[in-house]
Amino acid sequence: MPTETASQRPKRGVPEGLWIRCPGCKGSIYRKEAEKLLNVCPQCEYHFYVSALDRVRQVLDDGTFEEIDAQLRPTDPLEFADQKPYRDRLIAEQQRTGLMDAALTGLGMIRARRVAFAVTDSAFIMGSMGSVVGERLARLVERATAENLPLIIISGSGGGARMHEGILSLMQMAKVSAALARYDRTGGLFISVLTNPTMGGVAASFASLGDLVFAEPKALIGFAGPRTIKATIRLELPKGFQTSEFLLEHGFVDRIVPRSRLKSEIARAIDYCGK
Amino acid sequence: MSNGSAAATTPGLDFEQPIVELEARRRALELTTQRSPAQDEELRQLKRQIAETTRQVYASLTPWQTVQVARHKDRPYTSDYLSLVFEEFVELHGDRRFGDDRAILTGWARLDSHKVLVVGHQKGRTYKERSNCFFGCAHPEGYRKAILKMKLAEKYGLPVICLIDTPGAYPGIGAEERGQSQAIAENMYEMSRLKTPIICIVIGEGGSGGALGIGVGDRVAVLEFSYYSVISPEGCAGILWKSHQYAERAATALKFTSADLLRLGVVDHVIPEPLGGAHRDHHQMALRVKQYLLRTLRELSAKSAEQLLDARYEKFRRMGVFLEDPAALEGQ
Ligand SMILES: [Zn+2]
Repeated sequence: MPTETASQRPKRGVPEGLWIRCPGCKGSIYRKEAEKLLNVCPQCEYHFYVSALDRVRQVLDDGTFEEIDAQLRPTDPLEFADQKPYRDRLIAEQQRTGLMDAALTGLGMIRARRVAFAVTDSAFIMGSMGSVVGERLARLVERATAENLPLIIISGSGGGARMHEGILSLMQMAKVSAALARYDRTGGLFISVLTNPTMGGVAASFASLGDLVFAEPKALIGFAGPRTIKATIRLELPKGFQTSEFLLEHGFVDRIVPRSRLKSEIARAIDYCGK
Repeated sequence: MSNGSAAATTPGLDFEQPIVELEARRRALELTTQRSPAQDEELRQLKRQIAETTRQVYASLTPWQTVQVARHKDRPYTSDYLSLVFEEFVELHGDRRFGDDRAILTGWARLDSHKVLVVGHQKGRTYKERSNCFFGCAHPEGYRKAILKMKLAEKYGLPVICLIDTPGAYPGIGAEERGQSQAIAENMYEMSRLKTPIICIVIGEGGSGGALGIGVGDRVAVLEFSYYSVISPEGCAGILWKSHQYAERAATALKFTSADLLRLGVVDHVIPEPLGGAHRDHHQMALRVKQYLLRTLRELSAKSAEQLLDARYEKFRRMGVFLEDPAALEGQ
């Protein structure tokens, strides 16, 4: 369930420098201005990459985030090596991103509403889900179940299930989905937020299981990667294929929510559901 | 293709060449009408030699060779098990929403005294069959049909048997339009809490989410030369080595053979295949599958729904390998 986007170098979001080029409108954007807008292009509203920690700052009330399960560390159960041993890749990714793995989980407040919160960071091996991401999410869901908290998961994962942990990564899909099914039984409210990109095994598990599914505008969201599909069907893909808007049109997203309104929309949804 | 002598009419896989040559010689001798005593003796020796060579070749298959066996066109498919393992199969069609995906068959079946629901990927044998079912690659309507019939089984207390054999869920425009991700996710979610016993067997290819979409159960077994992987070896090679030519190396790296799966705690049981693989002896393979199913059904039907669901949850909950750093724990 990994997708070919796993091979692309992660977009490091707003690149270094005073001026940046926007992939949306190809314009030159004053960096500070985009940052003020939560990393959104002021001209075309292209949503740049946001790191997990920035996402916490954007969505949770200041200083309320308490990370849980930070002690979980990835390891290398398959002794996997492609052109680089997985062990080395992990260390390099940890140093580059400052994260131990692709998901952060914890508790915090959204406009004074207490929530269980998770975010995946697409810069860490494309936000892919291995054992640590699966375990952190499962524990968070169980915590939300036990404490009767609304659950918010913001996904940014082009990599889907992480190849380097093989079948164990695939099984995380079942593990987290099963935890969500139990949470659902106790009346929990799960809001899944899809951001660019959400693909493969992440899309095909927890990200699609929200009571509510929100998506940032123009995010790439899908099961199979566009290149795989093109190679299979040997046809050009329609314009706008696998975007947030495409999913909305086909009935798989409740609302497209621009980043500037994400926090208030989540708070409102929690209120509507009486949580 | 429900016969015990598939190998007699099929050219072997590359690594089966030594077996195929001996078998050709055996056939020639068998067709000789007036064999001399010396030829009779040669035939006897040849038979022993075939068994020994087959044993040797199959005792040391590489992961890539295992993939070839799992994909063998004479390997028994769901339709073969339906006729060899079960007394009757009453197909139930359609997902009530979009259509009737031929890549997943669903229906009632009788297994000795048990009434069960069978859900299985179907790859098709002829070209026409294969193109009708997209070579066993299901669309969202296939997964939705599967879960709909499983809920029917739950309602009337029938155990569910899932036979997994797919290269993966279909990657196409319609599949994305109709929510392939959502369909697979929902199946895992619902199967995890379905109040009836579920037994899953990977009978050939366990291709990623397409397999897992009917793969959450109380017991998960795998046939000896099946594989079950997060991605196809070709796909993995394309992404990590930038070329499909590295599929063989990817196959080794992914650790997806039955022995690996058992060691990693992903499957509960490996069902041994007949000498030289399931494609050489459909009857023997079907018999072993049947014995496994009967034994497991007896075991599971003794449990309450609550016991089943708790154990099913714990089974998947335990999967994964990670470290807990005590220093970081103190810091919290
Ligand atoms: Zn722009």
